[in-house]
Amino acid sequence: MAYSEKVVEHYENPRNVGTLDKNDPNVGTGLVGAPACGDVMRLQLKINDSGVIEDAKFKTFGCGSAIASSSLVTEWVKGKTVDEAGTITNQQVAKELALPPVKIHCSVLAEDAIKAAIADFKAKRAARTGQAAAPSAPSPQLHK
Amino acid sequence: MVKLPIYFDNHATTPLDPRVLDAMLPYLKDDFGNAASRNHVFGWKAEAAVELARKQVAALIGGSDKEIVFTSGATESNNLAIKGALEFYREKGDHIITLKTEHKAVLDTCKRLERQRQERIDELKLMRLGDLAGRTVSADELATLEIKHDLEHDATLARWVSQVKTGARVTYLEPKKDGLVDLEQLRAAITDHTVLVSIMLANNEIGVVQPVEAIGALCREKGVLFHTDAVQGAGKIPFDVEKSKCDLVSLSAHKMYGPKGVGALWVRRKPRVRIAPLIDGGGHERGMRSGTLNVSGIVGFGKACELAKAELAPEAARLLGLRQRLHDGLKAKLDMLVVNGSLEHRLPGNLNISFAYVEGEALMMAIKDVAVSSGSACTSASLEPSYVLRALGVDEDMAHSSIRFGLGRFNTVEEVDYVIDLMVRAVSKLREMSPLYEMAKEGIDLKSVQWTAH
Ligand SMILES: Cc1ncc(COP(=O)(O)O)c(C=O)c1O
Repeated sequence: MAYSEKVVEHYENPRNVGTLDKNDPNVGTGLVGAPACGDVMRLQLKINDSGVIEDAKFKTFGCGSAIASSSLVTEWVKGKTVDEAGTITNQQVAKELALPPVKIHCSVLAEDAIKAAIADFKAKRAARTGQAAAPSAPSPQLHK
Repeated sequence: MVKLPIYFDNHATTPLDPRVLDAMLPYLKDDFGNAASRNHVFGWKAEAAVELARKQVAALIGGSDKEIVFTSGATESNNLAIKGALEFYREKGDHIITLKTEHKAVLDTCKRLERQRQERIDELKLMRLGDLAGRTVSADELATLEIKHDLEHDATLARWVSQVKTGARVTYLEPKKDGLVDLEQLRAAITDHTVLVSIMLANNEIGVVQPVEAIGALCREKGVLFHTDAVQGAGKIPFDVEKSKCDLVSLSAHKMYGPKGVGALWVRRKPRVRIAPLIDGGGHERGMRSGTLNVSGIVGFGKACELAKAELAPEAARLLGLRQRLHDGLKAKLDMLVVNGSLEHRLPGNLNISFAYVEGEALMMAIKDVAVSSGSACTSASLEPSYVLRALGVDEDMAHSSIRFGLGRFNTVEEVDYVIDLMVRAVSKLREMSPLYEMAKEGIDLKSVQWTAH
């Protein structure tokens, strides 16, 4: 199967690979997928007090299309507000990367990762405003 | 400098040896005759060439030329062996034993036979229900009426079913963790109804070599036929039909530097083994496989067998050296590698490794100038990871992380060194990018994490 140029480009030069401190109250972490299914995506968003995404990092276990999908969304979400980022859909990702039908699930995973990271951030903030001193609430995505 | 792309996928197919091509060319040009033409020189030349090839193929496996049936390849040979033997020995029984790691040409053949038997039983159930209900019963009613009339304990139906002569019953043995058949399990699975045991010589994914001599001895003792798909092993490791006491052996030319689309089924003559043909027609190949012979392909197959036999021992030693160099080179620079299947009982040219926390398709993309295969679901049409690795009990994530290296006659030390270097860089880069690798390094037990399956 041939990959689209954009998938290859992101795969070869992935943007924003890395790790943010998951205990930072301004960082939301989304961990989606499963090793058994062959793809796991972790997306981390650093969100400032005005709700703008200042930084995004990802790490992905998965095929080239999964890596490209995660790399792409880190680019897209940076500078967006949390609400704007929450409207990114898998169709947009799939279209931009020209994913074939068998790879659509990679774009779905990317959308899920954004939603999960935002949900984690919101849960942390709620915990913080609820009970003033709980800065290191564990990430709910890591149901351990 | 090595020449790119590099071909390390010699289990999928092998390049044509130039010496094989040279042997074939005359039969694609001037000597185009039909081997069945008895009355002119064109036919005689073709027939002589086919008969020489028959001897060359038989010699590779220690058989006689009179026992070779040329086919279109091993897919056909496997179908012919299983369906043909089952049909011929129907009176003896209808039970087949095979292994979960066999090639699809064996497994899907067995599945079709099982389905045919089940369809026949369903027909009988409908007939029986018709009797009991006093009216014609349709297939949609089967599930409900079957319970209502308690067909499970119906003696008449049981008697009918015991006489079913369509399809087969199949036992799929689970291999041991190292991929080898459990001989005690095999012994226990053989019943009075067993016609055939079909277990391959060497596996196409993990290269694991089965104890065919012990299997053959057991089958002989129990009076059941032994078919082996020897596609990956013949010409690569010593294999002899007498020592292994096989009755039916499948071979394919394109896995041993011959042309695609030609293979053979070896059918034992002493004691005589019979099979019913799948293809009817002009009665070629002693009635077991009609159709005008693929003369140039058969000539190439014969030459390929001759070369493989002549060069077997030194070539096996050379490939084992390359395989060890590859394995050692990877192990020296990368941690958390797991070899799938027994290293000891293995084809010299095969290495199947899971690179933990890295997905196989992404890895193949990173080494795009090197042709290998992966057990990752992403590379298969079914979106399921390799059934062979799963049958060994390999976890799904590790199956997704597997790469099969298949070394062959034309691979070199320089290529191996190039691939080691490339793999080390690719795996390191992808692990840097892998959340699982990071978590594992932090000491998180990945099995304890509740993943969001999708
Ligand atoms: C073990 C095994 N059996 C059978 C086959 C099928 O052979 P052919 O391609 O000649 O039909 C293959 C090749 O894919 C194989 O590896």
